[in-house]
Amino acid sequence: MRNRQATRLIFELAKPGRRANLLPKCDVPATEASEIYGAAARKNRLNLPELAEGDVVRHFTNLSTLNMSVDTHFYPLGSCTMKYNPKRNERLASLPGIVDLHPHLPSDSVQGMLELLWRLQCYLADIAGLPAVSLQPAAGAHGELTALMVARAYFRDLGQMERTQVLVPDSAHGTNPASAAMVGYQTTTIRSCADGSVDLDDLRSKINSRTAVFMITNPSTLGLFEAKIREIAELVHAAGGLIYLDGANMNAILGITRPGDFGADMMHFNPHKTFSGPHGGGGPGAGPICVREFLEPYLPIPRVVKRDGRFDLQFDAPKSIGRVRSFFGNVGVLVRAYCYILANGREGLKAVSQHAVLNANYLLARLQRSLPVVNERRCMHEFVASASKLKKERGITALDIAKRLLDYGFHAPTVYFPLTVPEAIMIEPTETESKETLDAFVEAVEQIIGESAQQLHDSPNSTPISRPDEVTAARKPIMIWKPAS
Amino acid sequence: MAYLFNTSQDIQQMLAAIGVTSIDELFDTIPKELWLARDLAIPAAMSELELTGHMSELASRNKGLERDLCFLGAGAYDHFIPAVVDHLSSRGEFYTSYTPYQPEVSQGNLQVMFEYETLICQLTGMDVSNASLYDGASATLEAVLLAMSSQRGRTKVLVPNSLHPEYRQVLKSYLQWTNFELLEIPCPDGTLDLEAWRMQLDSSVGCVVLSQPNFFGLVDDLSPISALAKQSDCVVIGVVDMISLGVLASPADWNVDIVVGEGQPLGNPLQYGGPYLGILACREQFVRRVPGRIAGQTVDRNGDRCWVLTLQTREQHIRREKATSNICTNQGLFALRAAIYLALQGPDGLRETAEHCTAKVHYVANQLANSERFKVRFQSPFWREVVIQDLADDVAGLLAYARSQGVQAGVPLSNWYDELSDCFMIAVTEKRTRQELERLVKLLTLAPRRSELSHA
Amino acid sequence: MNPETLRYNSSHEWVGIVEENGEQIAIVGITDFALEQLTDLVYMALPQVGTQLSAGDEFGEVESVKAVSPLYCPVDGQVVEVHQELVDNLEQLAQDPFGSGWIIKLRVGGNVSLDNLLDYDAYRKQCAEA
Repeated sequence: MRNRQATRLIFELAKPGRRANLLPKCDVPATEASEIYGAAARKNRLNLPELAEGDVVRHFTNLSTLNMSVDTHFYPLGSCTMKYNPKRNERLASLPGIVDLHPHLPSDSVQGMLELLWRLQCYLADIAGLPAVSLQPAAGAHGELTALMVARAYFRDLGQMERTQVLVPDSAHGTNPASAAMVGYQTTTIRSCADGSVDLDDLRSKINSRTAVFMITNPSTLGLFEAKIREIAELVHAAGGLIYLDGANMNAILGITRPGDFGADMMHFNPHKTFSGPHGGGGPGAGPICVREFLEPYLPIPRVVKRDGRFDLQFDAPKSIGRVRSFFGNVGVLVRAYCYILANGREGLKAVSQHAVLNANYLLARLQRSLPVVNERRCMHEFVASASKLKKERGITALDIAKRLLDYGFHAPTVYFPLTVPEAIMIEPTETESKETLDAFVEAVEQIIGESAQQLHDSPNSTPISRPDEVTAARKPIMIWKPAS
Repeated sequence: MAYLFNTSQDIQQMLAAIGVTSIDELFDTIPKELWLARDLAIPAAMSELELTGHMSELASRNKGLERDLCFLGAGAYDHFIPAVVDHLSSRGEFYTSYTPYQPEVSQGNLQVMFEYETLICQLTGMDVSNASLYDGASATLEAVLLAMSSQRGRTKVLVPNSLHPEYRQVLKSYLQWTNFELLEIPCPDGTLDLEAWRMQLDSSVGCVVLSQPNFFGLVDDLSPISALAKQSDCVVIGVVDMISLGVLASPADWNVDIVVGEGQPLGNPLQYGGPYLGILACREQFVRRVPGRIAGQTVDRNGDRCWVLTLQTREQHIRREKATSNICTNQGLFALRAAIYLALQGPDGLRETAEHCTAKVHYVANQLANSERFKVRFQSPFWREVVIQDLADDVAGLLAYARSQGVQAGVPLSNWYDELSDCFMIAVTEKRTRQELERLVKLLTLAPRRSELSHA
Repeated sequence: MNPETLRYNSSHEWVGIVEENGEQIAIVGITDFALEQLTDLVYMALPQVGTQLSAGDEFGEVESVKAVSPLYCPVDGQVVEVHQELVDNLEQLAQDPFGSGWIIKLRVGGNVSLDNLLDYDAYRKQCAEA
């Protein structure tokens, strides 16, 4: 049923003379651009494709069917928390009075929105155990960057500009060292032990008077809670440094334990993961950060404040690092997070984490019979299996298993991350999957492992395309369409 | 529990399979003293019906486009969004998929990225575009970092103070931690003063950031300045409004090396400031350092044309601390919306939209200029937006009065420019009708003056 | 060049000293072993002629689809020639890493010391243990 004609590039579907969007007749006197703008006026006709409305609808509708998505498939992409996206959030975030607010509306015209954002600040602060919140960052990585700037401003204020070392575990997301570098920090990598926990001896040997921040993901990218987190925090604090928590894995601990209580000084949330925002083929996200009280003066502006029962934006903060983006923040994502938090409530949020961890442990218990797992006793919301034994014995790689799973109607787990585990297969089922789905996934993996290496190398064979040539794509990149000359 | 599947029977079976007796036991790797001993300070769960009531109540205390007539701009604009944009972009297969890590089951998203990148290059005349950044301000920052990474030994970044004030604030927030120096050049007439730029442009300047139209809506011939910058081997960054390109020259025509912009006007709702769409496109020479995802064309094992994420070694998940940027999640959904919007508009739709903006903002400006109280503040040509001076010097009172009549008449400039405290800015998109424009003009010209109010 | 007479970094760069026009010139490349590990190369970044390098400095990068490897200079010297054609012809590097796949040439002083580098046997031993 694949429609190959409609999924040609829009530039190939276009035909001169076609129109979709028609404007009303201009009801004020017309102006001539070349007269008004002179040398700055457009000289030639815009080079854009010409399509009919029906072309556009059929094209993009057919393109959409070439994607796997949470709405259509199990999507156990580790570290990405691909949970169900509630449809009510979409309707509520699209209400007039929510979706159509101009960012420069004065406070008295957006009291309802400011109240929503203020309440969300309170909820996030309580979940984090860290009282001061900025909703401004646009994504998790952006939140990291913002918090690292907050830390630099804090140390500058203390007269400790020499603190430019950021410690990052070798199992961390690549965004951690990349964010640190953008703020002018130098990164030092901390080794992990075989069980995925931070190597305390290595940490001790690398902490010094230049240490600014230790960035830790807890639960870790291996899906394990760092049991020595208190000790780690004490070590870093004793040296005058701060603890940053990468909140990518908050889905495991909502209402169970709080970063502020286990030693974090700053953290970000990924509302699009933890609080069910749509992932949109790669965004939007948001990256609100929560920090301890002593770091509050450095947070970006503006923030929502409540004064005498009225909500307002606060711009006056002399020690603030300034803005990190335009306008208030990714409000559309924040509104969905707010709806999600209220739809679950205090007990429901805790249940989210309980069921996420239950589902992951159930999968772990069943899957470890076929695939070795880093810590087979227990995991939090996700775990990391490895195909390295299969690779050595039979030439089957993590990539082969990932590709073959597509044929079985499952999105692949995250593969080759974290970097510390060879042939890593990182599986995060989330709480919004049934036991039946998990069972079907286990059976698929078992069957796949029973197949021949050649069969797997030849997969996938039921998908629209198979094993694209990425080498040629990178050697001789073609990044835009050009008309055949 | 709102979105869970497991029945109590499921839970028992799963616990048994794991070999534990309770869910709490699953958390035994968390030291007991770290457990939260109380409930979260969050309300009890709301049903969908209750939540709808609550959200409607919050919404009723906001003045969206359906309530008040909107002439606000200053970086975000109320352009028309065709139904097709909402309809197609909300398909679950686009909406609930993620970054295309598995190209075999992401050809829809990858092809959209490739089409978006091509559309942006067609509009801007650039060679390569990424698949999006967060917003116009962060795209401007990324462009500056990209430019400076190609300019060893140069430390200065030159921007006019007619660049969006929030963009300048964002540049300042970041550049304070680098060795780069941000220099703001005043624009007393609203536009660029060639002599002031000539004085500053030397071999210590790595890049210049020019904007067209600028924050005040003013349109300038920027070729002389970009030529000057090129003489000193500076990289020229152009902050451009994509809809304005319906009537304004392509940035390639005025020698821009890196084009950035806010993509919100391309079919994306205002939603109180975000998520929006950061656009970044550039000349081929920068391709190895471009931040963000890029889709590229290739063939699969059967020789069929297809698309993949390409040049990934630039990115944080591979290059870590040496990556060109830390960005990973971007604004895929809004790039999709922009692609659909541009496909619907085509060359004539976009041109007509831009022409409407020109005609309608001039209509308002001319009418107000005929009144005693108002003056168009700057001499240069303008597009979609105009700075109006209130000779009665009571912008706050005037705008509050308009709001009391259901009109958001403009954005006051006193927040950003002390010298323009008697000015406000009116934005007029193609959505506004003559009747609405006349309502605005009437309201402003008949508004009570401060003296009248105090006597009343 | 004959691999057995070359010296090596543990990071897989080789260096051989030759005399060209009366000057001591170090030719630098990367080994067959490294190329095998990297699999299909897609890009290479090289230094400018004239760059002054010290032993241990990063002088360029090679990239495969999903990995980047820095290239480290084995000796002190000034870059006098860069094998630019390689960038568009990465197959050549894989086909003849010790010959036409050379990467840069450096002018080195008369008493250049290679003592800190591995000899052929030590390098092969390192590879075997990897």
